[in-house]
Amino acid sequence: MKPIAGAGWLTLLYKEMLRFWKVSFQTILAPVLTALLYLLIFSHVLETHVSVFGGKVSYTAFLVPGLVMMSVLQNAFANTSSSLMQSKMNGNLIFILLPPLSPLELFAAYVLGAMVRGLVVGVGVFVVTLFFAPSLLVLPHPVWALAFALLGSAILGTLGLVAAIWAEKFDQISAFQNFVVVPLTFLSGVFYSIHSLPPFWQALSRFNPFFYMIDGFRFGFFGLSDVSPSTSLAIVAGCALLLSLLTLALLRSGWKLRN
Amino acid sequence: MALAVEVANVVRCFGSVRALDGVSLDVEAGEFFGLLGPNGAGKTTLISIIAGLTRADSGTARVLGNDVVADYRKTRRALGVVPQELVFDPFFTVRETLTIQSGYFGIRDNGPWIDEILHHLDLVSKANANMRSLSGGMKRRVLVGQALVHKPPVIVLDEPTAGVDVELRQSLWKFIRKLNRDGHTIILTTHYLEEAEALCGRIAMLKAGKVVALDTKQNLLSRFAGLTVRLVAERVPAAWQPRVLRQDAGIFFIGLDRYGDLEALLAALRSEGIAIDELALQEADLEDVFLKIMSASGPSARMQEAVR
Repeated sequence: MKPIAGAGWLTLLYKEMLRFWKVSFQTILAPVLTALLYLLIFSHVLETHVSVFGGKVSYTAFLVPGLVMMSVLQNAFANTSSSLMQSKMNGNLIFILLPPLSPLELFAAYVLGAMVRGLVVGVGVFVVTLFFAPSLLVLPHPVWALAFALLGSAILGTLGLVAAIWAEKFDQISAFQNFVVVPLTFLSGVFYSIHSLPPFWQALSRFNPFFYMIDGFRFGFFGLSDVSPSTSLAIVAGCALLLSLLTLALLRSGWKLRN
Repeated sequence: MALAVEVANVVRCFGSVRALDGVSLDVEAGEFFGLLGPNGAGKTTLISIIAGLTRADSGTARVLGNDVVADYRKTRRALGVVPQELVFDPFFTVRETLTIQSGYFGIRDNGPWIDEILHHLDLVSKANANMRSLSGGMKRRVLVGQALVHKPPVIVLDEPTAGVDVELRQSLWKFIRKLNRDGHTIILTTHYLEEAEALCGRIAMLKAGKVVALDTKQNLLSRFAGLTVRLVAERVPAAWQPRVLRQDAGIFFIGLDRYGDLEALLAALRSEGIAIDELALQEADLEDVFLKIMSASGPSARMQEAVR
């Protein structure tokens, strides 16, 4: 019975995936349906009223990558935050704190689990919305899209981890979600190009890291974006790195988890 | 032989409460060690520090010679902890729970050992049942199983039989005794003093974050409890009146420090011409010791003597 190096955190990753898979109606199908409803309603109401990228892209097609990315981000956040919070509240976090898992291993397993959930939901949303914009099937820059999806889901998975480490009750998690994550995603250009905003709001949007995630992701679909994709990538990667280091420091200190 | 657990001058405060106030104790490899004390004495805090679930403000804890903070991978691999709270992950079945727990310790293909654990804990029929559907006693057994998946040399059980029926308690202790015979060190906290008395070789008693007694069970019993004579007679010699612990319709319970005192008592009875209707000697149990030590307001000279 020799322990295998690396098997510990892979088990935690497996457990994280099994957890959401066992309740996939709630964790995968529900968010796909929500995104589909957004698409149906917004494209129906706005298709003929909104012009994006100077009319080069239909509003429905513009909306699809936004909704895909929004689903990726929100579900990555939901996965870590609800998994860790439930473990804390049920007390079964002890099963993860007792084994010889390092802070980095805990971090990697939780965040990768969240990324998988986010990406699975994102693919699901993409597949069902393709019916409304089949031209999107061929991405001009798939690697860019993938890079932003990976980094975006990593950032939100990490944020979910921080929120759940910090929160002492579910109420605080939902506050974090409703007052931070949702406004930042909705105001990031999921539903509109920031060039359609008044100058003040355009300027403000540039302080929202979510804007760069969605704008860069959309570049992968259209080869068009509000800011250059390399700038967005640098900003998003910087945010991911900073947040990861902060979270690792929190885990190392044992703050709120080992006290 | 290496020490299974070494705790040295551990202090842990929660706000202004000193949950552990300079605790030092050693547990040798292969021991069956009891950790007793009233609620809030610091037993669970001490276990949490050894297990790395919380950190000491000062002092050190070692498991098999390794520091629990600096060498946490080694110490956590060496420890199996059964927590006091009845916790479980509602997403999984019993077998999944045990398989996943093995995986956390880096162990794949643990099926044969998991089967053995399921057998010993009488969980075979529940292997594929969801954790949610189990009774409290069954959940407790799974917790014990989870602590054993990686065959830890040191097993810590924090009140493992709270709320568990008599039958399971017996089978659980049989299993734990077997593990102890096989060389595992066992550290047990319990409220059931008769359990500690039946199982533990050495016992530490904690009170308000301090060790107030630490000795072998035999020494504690003889040192603190002494003997009680149950005497049925018309009266008790006047000189012995202060030694009467309680009396009940002609039945007197008289405390003795040692067997030699019995002779003096008999002599006193004879010289005062008191007829003995019945006389029985009762050995004290751990509960008497526990109550005696805990009721003392602070560590008396006698207790200090016991803390070595």
